[in-house]
Amino acid sequence: MTPAISVTGLGRRYRNHEALAGVTFEIGTPCIAGLVGRNGAGKTTLLRILGGQEFATSGQVRVLGAEPLENDAVLRRIVLVREDQTYPDLKVRHAIAAASLMYPNWDADLAATLVDAYELPPSRPIKKLSRGMRTALGITIGLAARAEVTLFDEPYAGLDAVARTLFYDQLLADYTAHPRCILLSTHLVDEAAELLDRIVVVDHGRLVLDAATDDLRGTATTVTGPARDVERFIAGRTTLSTRTLGTNTRAVMVGRLDSRDRELAGHLRLRLEGLTLQQLAVHAAERHDPSALTAAEAS
Amino acid sequence: MSFQDDGGPIFARIADELANQIADGTVGEGERVASTNELAAFYRVNPATAARSLTVLSDEGLVEKRRGVGMFVAKGARERLVQARRRRFADRYVRPLAVEAARLGIGPEELLGLVREELASVDVTVGGEA
Repeated sequence: MTPAISVTGLGRRYRNHEALAGVTFEIGTPCIAGLVGRNGAGKTTLLRILGGQEFATSGQVRVLGAEPLENDAVLRRIVLVREDQTYPDLKVRHAIAAASLMYPNWDADLAATLVDAYELPPSRPIKKLSRGMRTALGITIGLAARAEVTLFDEPYAGLDAVARTLFYDQLLADYTAHPRCILLSTHLVDEAAELLDRIVVVDHGRLVLDAATDDLRGTATTVTGPARDVERFIAGRTTLSTRTLGTNTRAVMVGRLDSRDRELAGHLRLRLEGLTLQQLAVHAAERHDPSALTAAEAS
Repeated sequence: MSFQDDGGPIFARIADELANQIADGTVGEGERVASTNELAAFYRVNPATAARSLTVLSDEGLVEKRRGVGMFVAKGARERLVQARRRRFADRYVRPLAVEAARLGIGPEELLGLVREELASVDVTVGGEA
């Protein structure tokens, strides 16, 4: 089957700046994938290229089997909601009406439900919306478009925790009823961790990690305890970082633990904590070398 | 339920919780268990994860699929779960208890005393065999 999204050797250069270089990955459907990286890592550029709003300077892009750029047939099956989305001088209901014409799978009932849920004032000019409300409008359009490829760029700006929870619940409910390919970039990885089938991490324009979230679980662990015992426990393992406070050490080690390791840790009274998805992403970005994590994933 | 908690993958933990409900009779034999979609919404997890937990239960023969209707608790599921758990009881609970007691210098008599005290205060019919 053709993957929903497929990029090969993708690069984007702006004069002296290499925004993306040699990015290769595929995302099948149905799938909820998280795109993670620091500010300026290339997330927005990547999403814009996938959404046909930007061209690549090298490599190949296929969305639903076709090059999205200036390809109207494919663009109607893709929705991209940007963090800095600007709208022409319109009222909320006009923007929604325009979107309903653009997307063939548009669900007017869902749009109405979301407008209510986010308390969006239909007659207010978009220019006069607060940041959170503008974000909510983007979410409304992004979900109600029900596009086969749904791209969200940081769909959180200005949203409080309650509104974000509403977003996760609506996303999940609509995805369950209408499975599709959803790629969302986020800084709040841990909040969304359980929703994500997979995670794609970019750093400085390069892909540093691409893995199923289930495979990543337990691939790295923080070990805390008396320095000598921690050293004994992590001997021969790859460590990502070590910190010492007095006689106590905290080390982050890569590799799965088996029941004997856990027994030894219990015996030495070491505390073991799995890394969160966010921490794994940060380590992947810092190392520029996902081999340790992906090797652990394979074992 | 979060990504890094110990206790294995999320799907296994959800399967465990469902098995607990079957074991303690919250969901009786022949009753319908929650669907993939209901589980995904309830635990706020990816539907693929929720589907996997149901597959675990179905592979263990604890639930049966009735086409077009849903998953139902299989006949004898509760009894089998209870038997399996009895077999694991010593490993899971008694051994760690003995190890920690030895570490703290709690002797056999004292330990048995503590267990008896606890038994007296616990409602032993919870999840019981009665």
